[in-house]
Amino acid sequence: MLLTSFSFKSNVKKKLVDPVLQKNMKRFGGRFVIARAEVMKEVDNLEDIRVAAAAIRDGILANLDSYLITFEERAQARGTTVHWAETAQDVNRILIEIAKANGVRKIVKSKSMVSEESGLNDAVAAADMQVIETDLGEYILQLADEPPSHIIAPAIHKNVEEVAELFSKHHHTPRQTNIPALCREAREQLRPHFISADMGISGGNFLIAETGSVVIVTNEGNGRMVTTLPKIHVAITGIEKVLPTLNDLSTILRLLPRSATGQSITNYVSMLTGPKGADDVDGPEQSHIILVDSGRSRLLGTELQRALRCIRCGACMNHCPVYQNIGGHAYGWVYPGPIGAVLTPSYVGLKNALDLPQASTLCGACEVVCPVKIPLPELMRVLREQSFEQRLRPWSERFSIGVWRTMANHPRVYARFAQVAARLLHLMGGKKGLLHWLPGLDGWTDGRDMPAPTGKTFRELYAKRKS
Amino acid sequence: MSARDNILARVRRGLNLPGDVPGAERSEVLRAINDNARGPRPTYGWTDHAERFSLRSKMLSTTVDRVATLNDAPAAVVRYLNELKLPLNAVAWPALSAMPWSATGLGLEFRGAKDSDLVGITGAFCAIAETGSLMLLSGPDTPAAVSLLPETHIAILDVSRIVPGMEEAWTLLKSQQSAVPRAVNFISGPSRTADIEQTIIIGAHGPYRVHVILVG
Ligand code: SF4
Repeated sequence: MLLTSFSFKSNVKKKLVDPVLQKNMKRFGGRFVIARAEVMKEVDNLEDIRVAAAAIRDGILANLDSYLITFEERAQARGTTVHWAETAQDVNRILIEIAKANGVRKIVKSKSMVSEESGLNDAVAAADMQVIETDLGEYILQLADEPPSHIIAPAIHKNVEEVAELFSKHHHTPRQTNIPALCREAREQLRPHFISADMGISGGNFLIAETGSVVIVTNEGNGRMVTTLPKIHVAITGIEKVLPTLNDLSTILRLLPRSATGQSITNYVSMLTGPKGADDVDGPEQSHIILVDSGRSRLLGTELQRALRCIRCGACMNHCPVYQNIGGHAYGWVYPGPIGAVLTPSYVGLKNALDLPQASTLCGACEVVCPVKIPLPELMRVLREQSFEQRLRPWSERFSIGVWRTMANHPRVYARFAQVAARLLHLMGGKKGLLHWLPGLDGWTDGRDMPAPTGKTFRELYAKRKS
Repeated sequence: MSARDNILARVRRGLNLPGDVPGAERSEVLRAINDNARGPRPTYGWTDHAERFSLRSKMLSTTVDRVATLNDAPAAVVRYLNELKLPLNAVAWPALSAMPWSATGLGLEFRGAKDSDLVGITGAFCAIAETGSLMLLSGPDTPAAVSLLPETHIAILDVSRIVPGMEEAWTLLKSQQSAVPRAVNFISGPSRTADIEQTIIIGAHGPYRVHVILVG
């Protein structure tokens, strides 16, 4: 996917004044939050399960190579071909090689965020093959030629009018705005492609080391189609997605659908192991898995390793006040929201996504809802520190922090400055005691007033009280 | 060095593990997999699995019927199809061919599913009370697409096959099969999507209707 994270600030400016996006985010954004809160009531020991889930993920990461080797061995024993991709470009190359070797013309694809990292669709089209997204949201975006703006609800930024427009233009059908009818229309358009495609591509929510299987968690049934009907199935997923056992999968599945869409369980959980057997009447003849590194191994052994626990539920973005206001596209890459603010700089380089770790009030809502307890605010702070230490922040910011450090190291100077500032700001606040403008901080006061100090510093008040 | 070796080496370096290939950790990992510990679960506040399964199924928009014996199931299928004015032709799992269908007058074919099939009839390996999910295993006599391509999916399930949670389903699978089949599908209601305006619509690419006939 085309990276625009380096221009985050100007992306945000555009998104904040986009009336359609603003309206859509307000109308649809909150629904996941409500559904999640409701369904979590079913789980009386949520905290125990979250702790267990985080421990499962940490256990895998601590011995990731052993788990990957075990997974590979068992997948191969069942006839799956395991490929390893060091970079996003390697994913495209490997996929196209498999397709070319088998004379593939048409590919149907269910949701895979990893394939967005490498811009797989464009690469496949350039190699003269047709690739069709079949998840309804992704299909809408393929027609609109836009990237996803959410990892679970990729077209959350579009309203029904926009979908109606796209469908009638591309399907040459009468325009209709009835949502069930639009869903039926998409089903009828896509069904022939499922039947005629020679390759199916899916993501992989989990890899099971115990059995060498890939697990996909879906609702629409397209994931089952692409892994059942075409003669070749290729699953593309990150190396961090391993789970040790089927029991661990059971634990994690109590959290993933609830955190993601507010469902107790998704309509389908499909576990796929190898190609079809000699007597099977359906299933693919070839089963491939592409294990993707592409920056993930760089996080191991660092403070950011915990970000690899992520099970891609999307709860952190649903609950993020920044995401709720700017939508997913502003983040400029595959993963938006708090997890994107951590993963994007890690995968594409901090200097290419410098403002993402700053795109947070550190309110902590993401950490509270994260099913695997990733301390997202802390990780964003780590990245902020790194960008300061690597001298990537603008000189003005580094200068101000330098001044602050000097003052903080000299208590008397600090006290003096605070006295003057408190009085000055008190005067500036006027009768209402509100500051409409602060020198050098107009970005902050543009959107709201700052309550003015009352004129005395804490130290002064404290000294007075003691005497 | 292959891409595989490079990735695994980077992982080891990152994790600060000694040497190029896993030594003792590998056996620890295998032991953890063999131990197969079960995690915490929410309190199961029910005693009757069939009742809980029916309740949860209905919450997923699955409809549920119950008959006394397996021989009563074919008539229940016809009853359901007639009620909804659905076609009386169906594709069914070959595994179900020995049931007494002939008296029902249904036009049945026991094979894998085609795009044009409107009704699909399957059994289920087992079902999960906690969530109201069916667990289907693919195989020569239990083809996966029968529960996927048709607009209506009817599943016949013996109540003795309803287990409390997913963990028990895996245990049952391991005790009755030598290995996991190509596809294990947990089905929890008809297919759905909320991709347009976060509005839940029943019936996406898979079935519009799932009907479970409990036996016993
Ligand atoms: S970081 Fe946590 S909340 Fe965010 S997508 Fe990943 S698992 Fe979900």
